[in-house]
Amino acid sequence: MIDQIMMVLVDGINYSAWLFLAAVGLTLIYGVMKIVNVAHGSFYALGAYVAASVMGAWVAYDLPPALSYVALFVSALVAGFIVGPLVERLILRYQYEKDEVVILLITYALFLVLEDVLKLIWGVDPYFIIEPYAYLGNFEIAGMSYPNYYLLMLGLAIAVGIVLTFVLKKTNFGRLLVSVIHDREISAAMGIDVSKIFVLTFGVGCALAGIAGAFTAPTTSVTPGMGVEVIVLSFAVVVTGGLGSLPGVALAAIIMGIVRAFCIHYIPQLELFVIFSVMALVLAFRPRGLFSLAEARKI
Amino acid sequence: MSFDKTIQRFLLVLIVLLALSPFIPQWALFMLTITGANGLVVLGLMLFLRAGLISFGQALFFCAGAYTTGLLSLTLNVREMSLLVLASGLVSGLLAYLLGFLMAKYRGIFFGLLSLAFSMILYGLLVKTEALGSTDGFNVPAVTIFGWVPGKELVRVAVLGMAFLVIILSVAFVQSILKGPRGMLLTAIRDNEIRAEYMGASARRTVHLFYVIAGVLAGFGGSVAAVAVGHIDPAMAFWTTSGEFIFITILGGVGSVVAPFLGAMVFGIIHTVAFSYSPNTWQMVIGLTLIFVILVLPNGLWSLRDKFRKNKP
Amino acid sequence: MKFKLALVAGLLSGMAVTAVQAQADNSINVGIVTFLSGPAASPFGVPARNAAELLISEFNAGTAPAPYNNKGFGGSPLKMTLIDEAGNSTAVVTEFRNLVQRDKVDLIVGYISSGNCLAITPVAEELKTVTFLFDCGTPRIFEDGKKDFVFRAVNHATADSVGAARYLKAQKPTIKNFGGINQNYAWGQDSWNDFSAAMKVLYPSIQITTSQMPKLFAGQYSAEISALMASKSEVVHTSFWGGDMEAFILQSSPRGLYKNSDVVLVAGETAMFRLADRIPDGTIIGARGPYGVLAPDTPLNRWFQEKFTARYNVPPNYTAYQMANSLLAAKLGYEKAMAANGGKKPTSDQIAAATRGIEYEGFGGKHKFSLGNGHQAVSETAYGRAKKVDGKMTLVDVVRFPAEQVMPPNGVKSADWIAGGMKTK
Repeated sequence: MIDQIMMVLVDGINYSAWLFLAAVGLTLIYGVMKIVNVAHGSFYALGAYVAASVMGAWVAYDLPPALSYVALFVSALVAGFIVGPLVERLILRYQYEKDEVVILLITYALFLVLEDVLKLIWGVDPYFIIEPYAYLGNFEIAGMSYPNYYLLMLGLAIAVGIVLTFVLKKTNFGRLLVSVIHDREISAAMGIDVSKIFVLTFGVGCALAGIAGAFTAPTTSVTPGMGVEVIVLSFAVVVTGGLGSLPGVALAAIIMGIVRAFCIHYIPQLELFVIFSVMALVLAFRPRGLFSLAEARKI
Repeated sequence: MSFDKTIQRFLLVLIVLLALSPFIPQWALFMLTITGANGLVVLGLMLFLRAGLISFGQALFFCAGAYTTGLLSLTLNVREMSLLVLASGLVSGLLAYLLGFLMAKYRGIFFGLLSLAFSMILYGLLVKTEALGSTDGFNVPAVTIFGWVPGKELVRVAVLGMAFLVIILSVAFVQSILKGPRGMLLTAIRDNEIRAEYMGASARRTVHLFYVIAGVLAGFGGSVAAVAVGHIDPAMAFWTTSGEFIFITILGGVGSVVAPFLGAMVFGIIHTVAFSYSPNTWQMVIGLTLIFVILVLPNGLWSLRDKFRKNKP
Repeated sequence: MKFKLALVAGLLSGMAVTAVQAQADNSINVGIVTFLSGPAASPFGVPARNAAELLISEFNAGTAPAPYNNKGFGGSPLKMTLIDEAGNSTAVVTEFRNLVQRDKVDLIVGYISSGNCLAITPVAEELKTVTFLFDCGTPRIFEDGKKDFVFRAVNHATADSVGAARYLKAQKPTIKNFGGINQNYAWGQDSWNDFSAAMKVLYPSIQITTSQMPKLFAGQYSAEISALMASKSEVVHTSFWGGDMEAFILQSSPRGLYKNSDVVLVAGETAMFRLADRIPDGTIIGARGPYGVLAPDTPLNRWFQEKFTARYNVPPNYTAYQMANSLLAAKLGYEKAMAANGGKKPTSDQIAAATRGIEYEGFGGKHKFSLGNGHQAVSETAYGRAKKVDGKMTLVDVVRFPAEQVMPPNGVKSADWIAGGMKTK
């Protein structure tokens, strides 16, 4: 019995960590910029592809495997920080006064374009970068063997959560962000350079998506279309947790991960609806998600 | 009910199409039918957009309508298209009525994403149902138009004609609603819901009503598509289908009841041109077109009309 | 008024732009439809496109081996019109109609997704266009009624499931239980159902431990793998393909799934080279037919392997074989019809009549159109076990099954045939 519970927990937390990493960039961008970034999936895929190329070179030049994780992290960060702000400056910047929906559509169009751009640059053949996954070995729990890579993902998720919370609560930049999250106009009136904040936030959000992709890449094959699934899943997690809320997305990820693991072990037929059913259920009782940002009502 | 100018124009187009039909290529007739089906769904979305709401899950009702048509046709042997379309609209409307109790409470992005959740749940249900063929779906048999079985050469025109009839009736209905007090409320809700409520209107009930109307329209659209394509599958409820509808909504604009059909037609052309000329990069072509339209014509293609108008002395 | 004129002019010219020039010369326009985007492009769609491009250019040059060495089809050069299969069924059917009625193709070879195959089959019949479905697996196409213009030049999915079961029986006389992990959509559901039914026939007292059905393209299978390992199944069946299969292999092999269970990768051939290091020796691998490394070594096969590898730097996988074989069958049928028509361009009826029931020597062996009133071809199938020899991935313990043992007889539905004991006449 304990074994069963341990299995569900381990599998659940593992999936939760992945969900959190995949979705946190989306909620950050929405919280600050009020943009639903449909291209989030493309940045995830971009991170994976860049990681694949970098790891390919890493292995070819026989560089130390222990440092490959740093390489994964840095390459995804750089990729997100280059392409994200580029997109923001060139296209998004002119649309902030428009309706939320119009901006969403632009990001949808961007997603379409980026899908093909990735295909043009990296081709359609799958890339494999298994070395980081296999290098760490396994651990045993409840008679089941799991790769230590799971612990890495969990650690990464926790680290990202802690760093983001710290930045938001304790640093000056974080306070500026919170101010912009609550009211863009007043913040600008107070002298905050909203434009700069937007570029930085978009860059961070895309970089986070890229990091999720980069660290998922060793567990799967990097192929066209890998970003599409992530978009819908990330939305579900982010909306359930409350758009723009960091603790929200973490809690939603945990709930969904564990419920899903439970389903798979005991009622596999329900697995198909689990994520969206949890989302609909939460929204039915808490219309703005688990934790919603306090919004001043405007008359 | 006096025929307003738009309805007259639609009737005129229908008569011209029917008259010219021997000269119009079959593939164009098919594309026009699909344009009509998409346009019906987008007509509903356009109503929402006027209220500042956007539904990311309209494909739910599109799919429900299509499956109603398919199931009635297959299991109860109903072949009469007018009945099928009517039944589909009814079922979708009922579904919208039930879901509307929940949906009408939400605004903005939450409205959109909750509707997305429901459409994906329907998708999951259909994929899981092996009796309905899961992702393979099933084929819809040939239909009769008011009892008449069209010959092979006339099938496309007949289905298009029926689709047009549904469109004209729907457009007439929507026009009359938009001109009435309820229609005005839509814009009021978008601008400032609280003030609208202070005036005594119920925003929730208005949204609920229009949710049902949009659901019925999407059901009609799904039925027409099912009959024209002859095949239905769960992908009709997938979020990418909803994405296409939203694309068309923005492409057309909200200026008039004609805009959705215009948008649908242009979308159809862009889609097939992209497929023909760049099969390996069609997504990029469509994406760039969308960006272009949004940047240059933020109010959709219909806003071009006003630009032309301004040039008149 | 001006706006309306501009509108009409714009729309008309838009439609005109979409209309490709009709062929005035005697070239034959072949429509090729396959996935060029999305997750199916990499394992299936693009290899198929590559095979089509290769074969068509070789046909046009007249450099294919006999009996395929006529230039083009019967002397008329071939032109390829390529379309992406992506989109929902409305888009797919629209593009099919456009291919036939607007672009005026002479015949079509395409379609990987069973849903799309089912959607376009009645349209192909309505428009009287000879269509070769080259990859989709559903047996329903020819079991749901007579078809006149639609053909499938390769086995359908029943052969894969029954073949897997028979292979297990040939290798292990007794099995207590088995489990499975399949994508929760038509292909995965049908594969699992057919395999389970076949296993029950061959091992009457066998038990099913667990059937995991994750969402298509889920990509993360840790929980499912835990459930499979906890179930202690002797055999694990999976019809996973492409990225999902590769993710499953990468995530399950370090955890020891393959040590405790005999894993059957029904569609494993597409990943066997790229993931050679990750696929433990002994894993059972299928190629949806006698394709890839399971193809018997004939001059025809060697020609295909050499030409494809030279042009694309990778050997052809089973989807490439399926496309290539469909084009071979199309060529034979067309030329037979042309000869019967006195050397003139044959009509669709004539091409269909000529193709019905023929037997052709394809890449991978003989294929004969013996089911579905002469429209569905059958061939033998094969399974083998992975083994790395000098670091190179090969298949050993290969067992071949003749067509009668893995495909139902003419006139019998697949599901009924399996339930009835898979009797070979």
